[in-house]
Amino acid sequence: MTQPIELRAAPHQHSGRDVPTIMRNVVYSMLPICVFSIWQYGLSSAALIFVVTLSCLAAERINNHFSGSVNTLSDWSAAITGIILALTLPPAFPLWMGAVAGFSAIWLGKSIFGGLGQNPFNPALIGRAFVQAAFPTAISTWAPAFAPHRFSEFIPSSLAAPFMSPPDIVLWAKQQGVDAFTGATPLARWKFENISASSMDLLTGNVTASAGETSAILILLCGLYLAFRKFLDWRIPVAVLGSVVLVAWVFHFAQPARYPTPTFVLLSGGLMLGAWFMATDMATSPVTPRGIWLYGALIGILTVVIRYFGGLTEGVMYAILIANAAAPLLDQFSQPRVFGNERDKS
Amino acid sequence: MSVPSNFDEFLDGIWKQNPIFVMVLGMCPTLAVTVSAVNSISMGLATTFVLAASCLLVSILRSAIPKQVRIASYIVIIATFVTVVDYAIQAISLDLYEALGAYIKLIVANCILLGRAEAHAAKNPPLPATLNAFGMGLGFTLGLLAIGSVREVLGAGKLFGLSLFGPHFQPWVVMVLPPGGFFVLAAWLIVFAAFRHINIKRNTQLGGVQS
Amino acid sequence: MSDTPKTITPSFAMVRTLGLVSVICGIIIVGVYQITLPAVNANKKLALERQVFKVLPNAKKVVTYYATPTGIVIAEGQDQPPAQAMVFYAVYDNSNKLAGIAAEASSAGYADQVRVLYAYDIAKQAITGIGVVSMRETPGIGDKILTDEDFLRNFTALDVRLSADMQALANAVKTVKHGTKTNPWQIDAIAGATVTSKAVGRGINESAQTLIPRLLPHLEKLTGVTP
Repeated sequence: MTQPIELRAAPHQHSGRDVPTIMRNVVYSMLPICVFSIWQYGLSSAALIFVVTLSCLAAERINNHFSGSVNTLSDWSAAITGIILALTLPPAFPLWMGAVAGFSAIWLGKSIFGGLGQNPFNPALIGRAFVQAAFPTAISTWAPAFAPHRFSEFIPSSLAAPFMSPPDIVLWAKQQGVDAFTGATPLARWKFENISASSMDLLTGNVTASAGETSAILILLCGLYLAFRKFLDWRIPVAVLGSVVLVAWVFHFAQPARYPTPTFVLLSGGLMLGAWFMATDMATSPVTPRGIWLYGALIGILTVVIRYFGGLTEGVMYAILIANAAAPLLDQFSQPRVFGNERDKS
Repeated sequence: MSVPSNFDEFLDGIWKQNPIFVMVLGMCPTLAVTVSAVNSISMGLATTFVLAASCLLVSILRSAIPKQVRIASYIVIIATFVTVVDYAIQAISLDLYEALGAYIKLIVANCILLGRAEAHAAKNPPLPATLNAFGMGLGFTLGLLAIGSVREVLGAGKLFGLSLFGPHFQPWVVMVLPPGGFFVLAAWLIVFAAFRHINIKRNTQLGGVQS
Repeated sequence: MSDTPKTITPSFAMVRTLGLVSVICGIIIVGVYQITLPAVNANKKLALERQVFKVLPNAKKVVTYYATPTGIVIAEGQDQPPAQAMVFYAVYDNSNKLAGIAAEASSAGYADQVRVLYAYDIAKQAITGIGVVSMRETPGIGDKILTDEDFLRNFTALDVRLSADMQALANAVKTVKHGTKTNPWQIDAIAGATVTSKAVGRGINESAQTLIPRLLPHLEKLTGVTP
């Protein structure tokens, strides 16, 4: 007997990779960043990563329960959202606010659009944008790195009771014997005091910043691993970082006294983390090659513009969210010519 | 179709055809003034008064108003009562007047008002028309209150100006900003949609048993 | 209904109905206006006094004046403010002595106009207090201008002395970066709420630059009059 011929539409070949595999590898690649963050900020950072990730998983599970869909925890995407979100928050962020961020990331950022792959915006950044709007003071309160007792005690603001405002951490920083702690990120110090941090400090993470954005070189290595294993599209970070360097260089060239060096702009703030781990989210970035280049360039340009001229010190988050919104449009504008056809003129 | 009783007319707007959560009308004040419970109630009651008074007048004049000029007449009547409310609130409390701002005057553009005048008051005698309008107004007030109290509790830690959580409460700033209105409205719409969903499920199950 | 021929409403009927509706509505509006007018005015006066008393605690009575380039006139009894007039309030204490001057300053803040009322002390030639009339600044950031003690300390004696020719302030009021205040005419901004702090400084500067030169030459008018 001959077997019946099975008729199927394209695609016909599967690369052998499925969503859980990719997601799991992204989680692995972020583990070094988490470990470094914990080494830098101690218990508070560990607890923050744990709580935020757990709340993302809980939100996903509750959502599964009410929507009656299958269990989507096993595709690891909620865990990734949680870890990325935690890494973008300041290490002294109160844990209960971290939980709020986690729930809003999954619910506002993903579930209401229909789950994984349907979300127009990066869920982790939606969560961060929500808490940035809700708790503007807490999210711009930074803790000193390498405090001597960081493995034996929490930063006091981490343990603020739910719905209560966190205590001041300046006093705690003094007790810890951290000298010259200003509570300002390198970007804020540049914006308000015109002091640029040294590239060496930015590379190795010896600065005040969000839990996971301190060491540019570590993030670069982790990102390169993913790009090398082809788990992310290398063109996105290249386009983002390239356009940032280009725009920053133009400004610096025109007015060296006013605008910082491209190196500083490249290494400071959440740019590295954003370029490698957030802009590359597959569901929210374009698919056409030209669309990807445009998308990356848009993020880079917006980041520099917001940092230089906006009210905020850091612009990566809103730059990526705006570019996410533009992604479908970029796709539409940059459709490649179908082989044998004229280019669509419309 | 049987003529609904006066009581049904009154209940209609409060639950079955709630202007905010069922008809999703009057979104402009719903999103703009619901930063606190007091603001919400004041806005709701102001709208209720305008609604009831203008529907009464429309209903009385319904046979005298020719079809061609009815919209103009309704708007003039509604605008009149909005002006009345505007003066009244200024006389009662200037703080409240500042808080509600332009939205008192914008009651005139609230779709609920013209909708009620056109769809109900113009076709019914004064008593049911007024009762229906009154119910709609109260339904609107309840809807605003539901949104306003959530926003006040989260955004300021207070309800009707009374502190609920003590001085160390951390306000959710976003809740008193415009996005908070959208978030809370959406959350309530989800809650009511879930209710409806459960109701429909139960009714179909009951129907299955009976048949 | 379908078999009756369509009747055309005569224009007269439409005009008559609209006229009737307008008359009814007009009567209602005028009636309510008349009834509420005294209460509205009393409320407005009360609100003004409450704000003035906040910046000048020992005040008892408030009189509204207009300051024009040529002199000052009392506002009561004037239907229209004179051309280029600036409103200010002369504030008297228990014994009918001039306790100070209050005036409004406004400038664009982060979200909307920030309107503040400031108290001007004639003897000290300084601004001795501010209160916010209205603003829509971000809660938790911009509205620190109400609560931040360091910021409010700027306004215990903010120097607004006039220059020798009495045409402008000797030193323009200026908001400076947090922690860099060196002169009594500078305002130390709130860290993180610079835009709002600057709006306050700019508003006060604009208002004081015009008001005080107009006011000082005619001071005897205020001290003598006890209306």
